[in-house]
Amino acid sequence: MTAAIEIRNINKQFVLRHTRSLKEALVWLLRGRKGDLSKKFHALRDLSIDVEHGETVALLGLNGSGKSTLLKHISGVMLPDSGTVRTGGRVAGLIEVGAGFHPDLSGRDNVYLNGAILGMTEAQIKEKFDSIVEFAEIGEFIDTEVKFYSSGMYLRLAFSVAVHTDPDVFLVDEILAVGDEPFQRKCLAKIKELAAAGKTLIVVSHDLDLVAHVCERGVLLEHGSVVMDGPVGDVISRLRNR
Amino acid sequence: MTNGRTSPTHQDAERALVAPGTGNGLADVFRSRFLLKLLVRKELRIRYRGSVLGLLWTYVKPGVQFVAFYIALGVFLGLEQSPTNRGGLPNYAVYLFSGIILVNFFTESLSTATRSIVNNSGLINKIYLPRELFPVSSVWVSAVHFLPQMFVLIVACLFSGWRPGLLEAYTAVAGFLIIALLATGLGLLFGAVNVYFRDSENFVDLLLMVATWISPVLYSWRMVQDKAGEFWFSVYQLNPITIAVESFHHAFWLPTTSGAEGSPPDLITLWIPVGLLVSLAILFLGQWTFRRLEGRFAQEL
Ligand SMILES: Nc1ncnc2c1ncn2[C@@H]1O[C@H](COP(=O)(O)OP(=O)(O)O)[C@@H](O)[C@H]1O
Ligand SMILES: [Mg+2]
Repeated sequence: MTAAIEIRNINKQFVLRHTRSLKEALVWLLRGRKGDLSKKFHALRDLSIDVEHGETVALLGLNGSGKSTLLKHISGVMLPDSGTVRTGGRVAGLIEVGAGFHPDLSGRDNVYLNGAILGMTEAQIKEKFDSIVEFAEIGEFIDTEVKFYSSGMYLRLAFSVAVHTDPDVFLVDEILAVGDEPFQRKCLAKIKELAAAGKTLIVVSHDLDLVAHVCERGVLLEHGSVVMDGPVGDVISRLRNR
Repeated sequence: MTNGRTSPTHQDAERALVAPGTGNGLADVFRSRFLLKLLVRKELRIRYRGSVLGLLWTYVKPGVQFVAFYIALGVFLGLEQSPTNRGGLPNYAVYLFSGIILVNFFTESLSTATRSIVNNSGLINKIYLPRELFPVSSVWVSAVHFLPQMFVLIVACLFSGWRPGLLEAYTAVAGFLIIALLATGLGLLFGAVNVYFRDSENFVDLLLMVATWISPVLYSWRMVQDKAGEFWFSVYQLNPITIAVESFHHAFWLPTTSGAEGSPPDLITLWIPVGLLVSLAILFLGQWTFRRLEGRFAQEL
């Protein structure tokens, strides 16, 4: 098997700055850097992890343990302070559905725009367009401006675009709970279909039953470090029993 | 844990491990042409949404500005040549308009590019894409707005007896290029800095406020030469906006006059290459700064 993700000893500190104003920064400098202009927060701590192609990994941990931050490092949105991140193949993050959607554009325009944002070429979008609309169950509303969509329709279309980008590695952050019950089941089926097709999945979700259903491996984060890595069932029971 | 699929070797090559989030700057923008096109189209659609005049605003704004300047400066302050005012500029209306639209292109480009990174924070801190796309698309959108104004200028020139030659075409293209490169470079620079210090926006506003006045848009370059002397005039000429405006005057305004006014000495042989070089240098500086700062965009936004 080939490596999909290789993370070696990454650290990430966030600087919580108290000012965005040049004046205050200058005053602080002139006064001999007295006082705290910023506070540091260690979000990822000497974290290493390897994922092979075809693995399905559940990323677990309490709020603020660094799950989203880790996914952002894998997708390249953030760079580590130290250590290395390397990925193989195309990585697509379903970090937040509809991040690239614009309410004043039609569903059709949004499909093209979002598809391109997620790295699809014009030909790929054209080819998959019908399938995207069909999966989203948008039908004739595809040429209506997205601001007139119900929130369910909006999420369905955004999710549909994202799953049609066909990357090698999928990062899924808290988005499996979109739309109504039947659509959730459909999303889940699609995710499992991707897993069966040999795609690599990294899933973050509060729904532990769902994660146990989709993933085989579990990784538990605590204060930005991996504290447990093993079969998903074991990791979930440890999380439940604390 | 893993399924037993083995990948064919050509796929292994595509899946070689690389560090994510480290792009090739403007080269990646070129590679994402399709996305750039869609971003530009989106901006054009939504800029004037909900307004009755819509895209007509791109004519109305420079139109009103032109009329106000023309009356105040051309008529009241006597910059326009007339039988009673021999010292003025012939065809002052064409002179004024050709400069105004070029500077407006610069102003709109730079002010939208400076805000483009912060305004697209929702995307930038969720999805990795070449972030240079945003300042570049801002300049592109302004160029689209510039186009109809260019058309008006050409019509006005034709009515004033404009018959351009190859040299005029060259100076027109050069003037446009100087401004486009400069606006992209400064847009990258200030757009990136704006993520850290929102003062950047205000500084740019200040810069744009004086842009019209420190280049010969409203007055003639001869006035500067007379008052400032050779040395300071050369300093004045180093400003790429000045060179671009003079190039536009050379292309559009000068052929509609007797030519007695002339363009600054060495405009074509010296200053246009200098303007292009200065703009290119600023573009590289902007790109360099942008790349140094972009690694932390996602966490700062
Ligand atoms: N851009 C940022 N600037 C400062 N702090 C941040 C930033 N992003 C996340 N954090 C902090 O880092 C910690 C980990 O966040 P996150 O990765 O979102 O946690 P999780 O997804 O596991 O809930 C949190 O305490 C959060 O407040
Ligand atoms: Mg999170």
